[in-house]
Amino acid sequence: MYRTRLFAVRHARAFEWLYVRLERAMVALDPLFARVGYARIEPPVAAIERVTKGLLFDCKMCGQCVLSSTGMSCPMNCPKQLRNGPCGGVRPGGYCEVKPQMRCVWVLAWDGAARMKDGGTIHDVQPPVDRSLEGSSSWLRVSREKAARLREARDAPRTTIAKAFPGARANEPSAAPLAPEPSSAVRTGDGR
Amino acid sequence: MTDDERREFAPWLPTYDEPPPGHVSGSRLERVLRQGRFAVTAELNPPDSADPADVFEAARPLAEVADAINATDASGANCHMSSIGICSLLTRAGYGTIYQISCRDRNRIAIQGDVLGAAAMGVRNVLCLTGDGVGVGDQPGARPVFDLDSLSLLRTIRTMRDEGTFLSGRQITRPPRMFLGAAENPCVEPLDWRPERLAKKVDAGAEFIQTNYIFDIPVFERFMARVRDLGLEERAFILAGVGPLASAKAARWMRSNVPGIHIPDAVIERLDKAAKPAEEGKRICIELMQQLREIRGVAGVHVMAYRREHLVSEIVAESGVLQTRVPHRSRASGREVD
Repeated sequence: MYRTRLFAVRHARAFEWLYVRLERAMVALDPLFARVGYARIEPPVAAIERVTKGLLFDCKMCGQCVLSSTGMSCPMNCPKQLRNGPCGGVRPGGYCEVKPQMRCVWVLAWDGAARMKDGGTIHDVQPPVDRSLEGSSSWLRVSREKAARLREARDAPRTTIAKAFPGARANEPSAAPLAPEPSSAVRTGDGR
Repeated sequence: MTDDERREFAPWLPTYDEPPPGHVSGSRLERVLRQGRFAVTAELNPPDSADPADVFEAARPLAEVADAINATDASGANCHMSSIGICSLLTRAGYGTIYQISCRDRNRIAIQGDVLGAAAMGVRNVLCLTGDGVGVGDQPGARPVFDLDSLSLLRTIRTMRDEGTFLSGRQITRPPRMFLGAAENPCVEPLDWRPERLAKKVDAGAEFIQTNYIFDIPVFERFMARVRDLGLEERAFILAGVGPLASAKAARWMRSNVPGIHIPDAVIERLDKAAKPAEEGKRICIELMQQLREIRGVAGVHVMAYRREHLVSEIVAESGVLQTRVPHRSRASGREVD
């Protein structure tokens, strides 16, 4: 919802606090998730994530959440889906070029980031979205990725993306994932 | 292919030269800028035609004053001859070109392939853009792509050039030697964050910057002051965008219909009061160029004279920004590195 989205940005600092704790919990649970099987817990966790983040941030379930680096303003709500905005078309007053009645997602993002403790991560250059991860749980991906950073799996193509965008990976590891993906998290073929 | 084979089978085929030391591309624009000279680039109005003669017709009024000619990529989401086609033709004829890539119409697979194709055709400068939304163009029903954005595009081409790999990790045997450019719009919201975003673009790989139209010098001065605080003018060459306005009516139309254009009321008033608005528009453009030249950190100007290309030579000459320098094309060598 547009209103809650604006609320989330205004309270970016509080959501940041919450997110840091959520993330810690998810990372701590990695061994458990791994034992139960990420493939098995993927569907219910993704469903919960879809509902809560949909309500709060108008989440589009890109599967590669970077909210902590975008002032708690979801970049997938940008009509151009910029991961590094804003574009040059912002209207006077900070309104969107494509949807003139909407505040620019990235004007909000920079404002939100300025309110956050670690908002400086908005300066990281974010990689393009991996469209094959759409619809999957970003929370689980974060717990996998942060845990995997210790193991740093070697996967050539993904490593190149991760290397090309090192800053983003350091702060938002799910933006350039390296850990092995369970098959239920990845959509393949043209049936997207 | 050996040199003998080349001579026998394809004598017209240019060699693929590596850039000189200290350069990433060796393009004329890069050399002019690295020599510390004030550069001039100009935007070409792409033809709605398949005739190569129309491309040269459009380039002619720009060629004698521009170090490089920008070929737009369906700007304003309007369909025209492709940037890669125009750049290929003009590069063959020895002109410096800037290949504009917009993320609106093509995904990462198409773009990476086109970058190699452009480099093979001799193109050595590329301007990475996000692109206007499809809604403002002549085919608003088109599907917007936006697979990459201007920053991930910059980083992608830099990876291709410097690491010699596609984003997938596959090797490129001869990487594309491109001088990387990005756009910036210093006079539109969010004004406070524009310099920060420019810093991000430089981090992503931008080596030169072409700004949108600057009609508001005080706002641009504030932008440049912050840019200098961040030390960005030492990491990238900044070319300020200018252009002649035809009339107050045209200026008002641009302001409300073209995304990202900021024209202060004072400029429009001046056009309104002028007996000959077109002359006044030209005068304003010349004055702006002279003022921009004096701002520390401005390395050149980018002239966008949409449908007024015939004025570009006069404007540049009267502004005196080139001093005694004459940008000339190399003899039809078929490549930009010479």
